[in-house]
Amino acid sequence: MPEGTLCNKKTIDTKEQLQALLADKSGKEYYEQMNDLDVDRKALWGVIQKSLKSRTKTWLEICSHCGLCAESCFYYLANNRDPKQVPSYKIQETLGKLIARKADVDNAFMQKCMDWAYSKCTCCTRCGVYCPFGIDTGIMFSYLRGLLYGQGFVPWEMKIGSGMHRIFRAQMDITTEDWVDTCEWMAEEYEEDWPGLEIPVDKENADIIYTVNAREPKHYPEDIAEAAILFHVAGENWTVPSEGWEETSLAMFAGDWEAAKMQVESVYDAMDRLKPERMVVTECGHAYRATVIEGPYWAGLKTGKTPIDSLHYVEWVAEALRTGKLKIDPSKKIKEPVTYQDSCNYIRNGGLADVAREIMSYIAEDFREMTPNREHNFCCGGGGGLNGIGRYREQRNIGMKVKRDQILGTGAKLVIAPCHNCWDAIRDLEEVYKIGIRWSFLKPLLINMLEVPEHLKPKEE
Amino acid sequence: MYEFLTGPMVWISFGIFFIGLIVRGVRYIRGLDWKLDRVTYGENISYGVRGAVRSILFWLFPYGTRSWRKNPWFTLWVFLMHFGILITPIFLLGHNILLKEKLGISLWTLPEAVADTMTVVVIVSVVFLILRRIALPEVRIITNWYDYVLLLIAVSPFLTGFLAYHRVADYYFWLMAHIISGHVLLIAVPLTKLSHFLLFFMTRAQLGMDYGIKRGGMKSKGMAW
Ligand code: HEM
Ligand code: SF4
Ligand code: SF4
Ligand code: SF4
Repeated sequence: MPEGTLCNKKTIDTKEQLQALLADKSGKEYYEQMNDLDVDRKALWGVIQKSLKSRTKTWLEICSHCGLCAESCFYYLANNRDPKQVPSYKIQETLGKLIARKADVDNAFMQKCMDWAYSKCTCCTRCGVYCPFGIDTGIMFSYLRGLLYGQGFVPWEMKIGSGMHRIFRAQMDITTEDWVDTCEWMAEEYEEDWPGLEIPVDKENADIIYTVNAREPKHYPEDIAEAAILFHVAGENWTVPSEGWEETSLAMFAGDWEAAKMQVESVYDAMDRLKPERMVVTECGHAYRATVIEGPYWAGLKTGKTPIDSLHYVEWVAEALRTGKLKIDPSKKIKEPVTYQDSCNYIRNGGLADVAREIMSYIAEDFREMTPNREHNFCCGGGGGLNGIGRYREQRNIGMKVKRDQILGTGAKLVIAPCHNCWDAIRDLEEVYKIGIRWSFLKPLLINMLEVPEHLKPKEE
Repeated sequence: MYEFLTGPMVWISFGIFFIGLIVRGVRYIRGLDWKLDRVTYGENISYGVRGAVRSILFWLFPYGTRSWRKNPWFTLWVFLMHFGILITPIFLLGHNILLKEKLGISLWTLPEAVADTMTVVVIVSVVFLILRRIALPEVRIITNWYDYVLLLIAVSPFLTGFLAYHRVADYYFWLMAHIISGHVLLIAVPLTKLSHFLLFFMTRAQLGMDYGIKRGGMKSKGMAW
């Protein structure tokens, strides 16, 4: 079984392996080696036989080929209604054939599966909502990604990402020390403006344990400071764990289920260790999906729930506004037209559509819905890991056209996107299509609108 | 021949129909796996039941879901076809006369003109569905011969019955064709994709439970199908 030094079936468990992959700029050598990667047909078929159960089997079998799912897929619409983008077609040509051939497939077929599973589907699960039989192609593509991962057919960035989770329990190379330092630094940095501001690390029995997306400590540390400010103003008794602070899961996008399990268990361990009342997750869609919605199943928790109640950031914000913990200065509400990006991961797949509207009712005077919206909203185009994969940049940029037109349709120039992936995709969308929009998380907007109680304001010298 | 097809063969066909569907249903349920499907079927039962019921009911009504509403013509013809396929044979006068002769029981029956119209509607719907498969590129690309065969299996009892009833040509020939195609349909249901007769309810319930239990059902009023 020839395997490349970079592209192979092995998991990335050491820093040396990780370094070697990172040194291979854009995965040039990695993808070269992929051309020679053998398919271990026996092992692949073995995995399929063990994991392909009646749900997926029946989905593949009874699809009536009616085509109702076609228009539901933003890729189909963005690619001028290309029939090759019909969800049913995409899955039958890949997973369907893989199974029909009992995994007797070659390298070219596996590469095609990889290309399709990543560049033709973001696992947004919208098509499943439009199929009379409830056939969820997004779920099937995610399953296919897992099969591909096991055979080493996975985009370079995703292989690195899942390796990061295995080594650092975070999607980026951030150590416990880096993380704790960042928290301390941010607390100091903003203390002058917000006297008494703290980012308590590893405090036991807090009301809230706050967990984030590794991009925040790495690239946007002010996001952590903003979260701290809002908790501070709301008077919350909160903490961040020194370990188990990362919510995201590139492992989920990669189909590396073992790493996905390791990652969420680190968060659940922090819950056990610090015994907080509830968890609040930062403004990230897939992070919430991974750790709160799917995670309990990876970890084998029979209740299907996280060990303690878990909230997406928007739930906490809505609650704080509702109970008056956070008060908005009416004169500072957003006056211009503003729209909201419903993330597939916590809206369609998390049931938080009403919560998002509730927030908008507090902060915006001219809130414009996209069409369609709520559970039926289109993916921004950057889901499923697509934002981070260089190989499929072009396909992603084409896919973003649907979101572009949805935003233009609202007439709003400001898009609120409480999801890191959506936020990125909308930023890139502006870069590519230049439609003159701005985009924002909730935190900075809220801080600018707050009515801050006197005693929390800095003392005038 | 006629005696056999309207006697023992009826038992055989219905036997295959019912036993086949039961086997399908049992295999489906036994193949559900809470960990692999990532749905706690056995826990959070009230959320699961609510999700399943909503998921089936919304889709059971024409124009009950966004997807049905977005495709008004397709929805119209698919519902008419199914309504005709499921109702006409059960309440047809001729079938009930046979039932009376053989078993001594009989159901309420449709006026003959109504049954006749419903038969025509089934045939027209199937013609519409076939033309749609040919005309629309997004449907053509996923259509294979199997889909046409199933449409033919579904329509032939109606087509042949119509021809026999109206004595268009050789009555006995069309009557035999009608009886045989009826048997074929009954047997095909559990053995082909037509098993969606039962599996529709299974897969809808499954996704409904997924949404009801895991994907937001506990934090919202329920999935807006
Ligand atoms: C003997 C009974 C049945 C027969 C012969 C039958 C036949 C068919 C056929 C031929 C199609 C394909 C339509 C097309 O070409 O697009 C179809 C689709 C479908 N059937 Fe049935 N069916 C039966 C029972 C049922 C039942 C009981 C239900 C559910 C209540 C059902 C729900 C559906 C649905 C949801 C579709 C998908 C519509 C579509 O997208 O094509 N069917 N059926
Ligand atoms: S809507 Fe469902 S049944 Fe129809 S083609 Fe798509 S996956 Fe198949
Ligand atoms: S899950 Fe989303 S991206 Fe994937 S096929 Fe379905 S609609 Fe398209
Ligand atoms: S990035 Fe946002 S819109 Fe896109 S798939 Fe993820 S959650 Fe959905």
